[in-house]
Amino acid sequence: MSDSNVTNILVVGIGGQGVMTATEILAEAAIALGHDAKKTEVAGMAQRGGVVSSHLRFGPKVLSPQIMAGTADLLVGFESAETLRWCHYLKPGGLVLMNTARLVPPVVDLGLYDYPDDPIAEIRARGYRVHAFDAMAIALDLGDIRLGNTVMLGAMAGHLPFPPEVLLDAILKRFSARKPHMVEVNRTAFEAGRAADAAATHSEEVVA
Amino acid sequence: MAAVMPAPSNARLLLSGNEAVARAVWEAGCRVAAAYPGTPSTEMLEVISTYPDIYAEWSVNEKVSLEVAIGAAFAGSRSFCAMKHVGMNVASDALMTLTLTGVVGGLVIAIADDVGLSSSQNEQDSRYWGRFAHLPVFEPADSQEAYEMTKLAFDFSEKFQVPVILRMTTRINHVKGLVTVGERVPHAATGFKKEPARWVMTPAGAGKRIPLMFERDKALRADAESSPLNLIENGKDKRVGFVSSGPAWMHVRESFPDAPALKLGFSCPVPLEKIRAFAATVDQLVVVEEVEPLIETELKAAGIECRGKDILPRQGELAPNVLKPAIAKLLGEPEPQGLKPLGRATPVPASVFPRPPTMCVACPHLGVYYTLSQLKNITISGDIGCYTLGAGHPWNALDTTISMGASMGIALGLDKGRADADKDKRILAVIGDSTFLHMGMQGLLDIVYNGGNVTVLLLDNRAVGMTGGQANPGSGKGIHGQETPRVDFAKLVESLGVKKERIHVVDPYQLPVLFKTIREEIKVPEVSVIITDQPCVLIDDYKKQQPFEVIDDKCTGCGNCVDVGCPAIHVMRREKVVKPSGKEVELQFVNIETTACTGCGLCVQPCAPEAIVHADLTRPMRLVRH
Repeated sequence: MSDSNVTNILVVGIGGQGVMTATEILAEAAIALGHDAKKTEVAGMAQRGGVVSSHLRFGPKVLSPQIMAGTADLLVGFESAETLRWCHYLKPGGLVLMNTARLVPPVVDLGLYDYPDDPIAEIRARGYRVHAFDAMAIALDLGDIRLGNTVMLGAMAGHLPFPPEVLLDAILKRFSARKPHMVEVNRTAFEAGRAADAAATHSEEVVA
Repeated sequence: MAAVMPAPSNARLLLSGNEAVARAVWEAGCRVAAAYPGTPSTEMLEVISTYPDIYAEWSVNEKVSLEVAIGAAFAGSRSFCAMKHVGMNVASDALMTLTLTGVVGGLVIAIADDVGLSSSQNEQDSRYWGRFAHLPVFEPADSQEAYEMTKLAFDFSEKFQVPVILRMTTRINHVKGLVTVGERVPHAATGFKKEPARWVMTPAGAGKRIPLMFERDKALRADAESSPLNLIENGKDKRVGFVSSGPAWMHVRESFPDAPALKLGFSCPVPLEKIRAFAATVDQLVVVEEVEPLIETELKAAGIECRGKDILPRQGELAPNVLKPAIAKLLGEPEPQGLKPLGRATPVPASVFPRPPTMCVACPHLGVYYTLSQLKNITISGDIGCYTLGAGHPWNALDTTISMGASMGIALGLDKGRADADKDKRILAVIGDSTFLHMGMQGLLDIVYNGGNVTVLLLDNRAVGMTGGQANPGSGKGIHGQETPRVDFAKLVESLGVKKERIHVVDPYQLPVLFKTIREEIKVPEVSVIITDQPCVLIDDYKKQQPFEVIDDKCTGCGNCVDVGCPAIHVMRREKVVKPSGKEVELQFVNIETTACTGCGLCVQPCAPEAIVHADLTRPMRLVRH
């Protein structure tokens, strides 16, 4: 929590991963608890596989929608290199939840740039705590890669200033309205995300 | 999006600025709304189209959308149109005379400035139009204000019989915040009343209206002086007082909570006396406005001392990370470290590769750009749309991009203005279906009429792709998905005068045919039009096919498939080898992301060793890992 009673959560990834939807669900959960909230993206042509960083700020009253570098309470990365790209937005010693999946862009495939060898190590070297897990593999095991989004939300659930059930309710509410057949599998994905985070918490302690 | 519509009044909804405006347009009893899609304005009309009781349309361009709204306002209906900043450049011809006639029904024009250039070819300040056209400008600072100001703008428009500009920026259009909504109040059309002296702008008629416009200026300025949209928040730290508008206002309040600040919600005409009085209460005045120093210049002209663009940037957003150091420097304080003093330097970003937007997997444009990248001795003028990405890697196939439809005229100019050394250069132009209908048709007509030697590639993917696949007259669908007449591009260009034998409709997934057609047509010294006819992969018309995979043992690393530029193809391993000729080459052994591949087959065609085959779907999908 920052001094101003506003919670800053930065969710990052690439276009098409559901980053903006995840942040919107988080916002809905915060609003359900009576918070003011603003959500904004830096998403230049995001639909085309570009960088997406989605800012969520909530609290009693939110003015500027933008999180400034060095002030995020939580960084949630849907992709490895993107998590590294944005980690300086965290407050000192802040927590990173990250998907270890590496989505390699054409500029790397073409040999114009290198993909970082070990993003997790680089982030840790900056003094941040990292909970890392393979959300895409978890989603695929559950039968649908699109569940990765809910897995990531599940991983966040233990690190928010409100109970996990509030977030789960916000997720399931979306699906019960539009895709009722997806409710149960999303509940499972949410719990899988929580479990992955718990396991990663453990391994973080081992590393530390 | 559709969830916006049925929300009851007094509900608190999480809405983007665009959604908030749409809700307000509906509640204000607006009857006609029109727009051409353009980031960041697109969602306004998209959401409006989900409400009943409003006629909504995608117009062919912004000028037509404004003209539709003008006609409706002349008929006494409340009307609305929305556009991105560059759209108003197109629509401004109508705007500059509309200011003389004014309106009967309320007319609100929302202009979305892409401050920070998230998806535009330039950054411009639409508040200039308020000055240029003598029109009032409202500037919301978040979604709630966007909602309230839109409703107010309709009343204001009718009170002063003047169209109102609602100036938004990306940081308003696309930010979601809480909005308390109300109910719709219908406004019946009052009917068109014949009044040639007002509606027919001949030189004599227009000349009589100009003094009335100046009178209106005075009335607007007087109203701005007392408008509740222009408010002062007091503060005890009077070393700096701020004047601000739009999203910059929120950044000012966030950064300097103890400073006095004057918010301009109704920012044109500027309420000079209100600001003069405010300035007298603070040690020094700083104007925080995105992008140009418009308010600042007007204050200085009125003898009100202030700082502005001498200490703040004239480009991009004025977020706290920009404002705080600038004001600290002004006050002679040490530079703040980050938003809160962190006891260390402002955090430095890690060095990570750039991730520019890419073409989609299986995009029909891939085949076109792959083909163009194989051709030598050509100059290609490009246009605005997804296909502008053809300027990037690996194709590097576009040589110019300026504005909507400009590929046509620029190609003709490249042809007519060519240097002697370029006499054998072939000139091509690449334009999408919607951009062609927006502003490209006239350019092609000019090429035909003036005997230009240009090969036009008209990429018809049946959608406005870059903004999210909206319909256009080439889609055969309207804004609600309803069936409409579909433009026959081959007939259209023939009727513009292109010879029938110079018009080809080609499947962009058939590389040999595409290659042969383009190569033959660029040799012909007259205008040709090659139309590609496969749908955008993001719209319903696109049908996925069985994905492909690579047989590892067969891949020889030639890299031909990589040159297609499909984001589903990944290089797994590189190897340097020396060819018998002595030349060193780098082999690129590839894999296909089967979960992403939709089986278009473009990469299969240049694969010499036939290493790319249909994926065995009985096996579990695998993720490509590096």
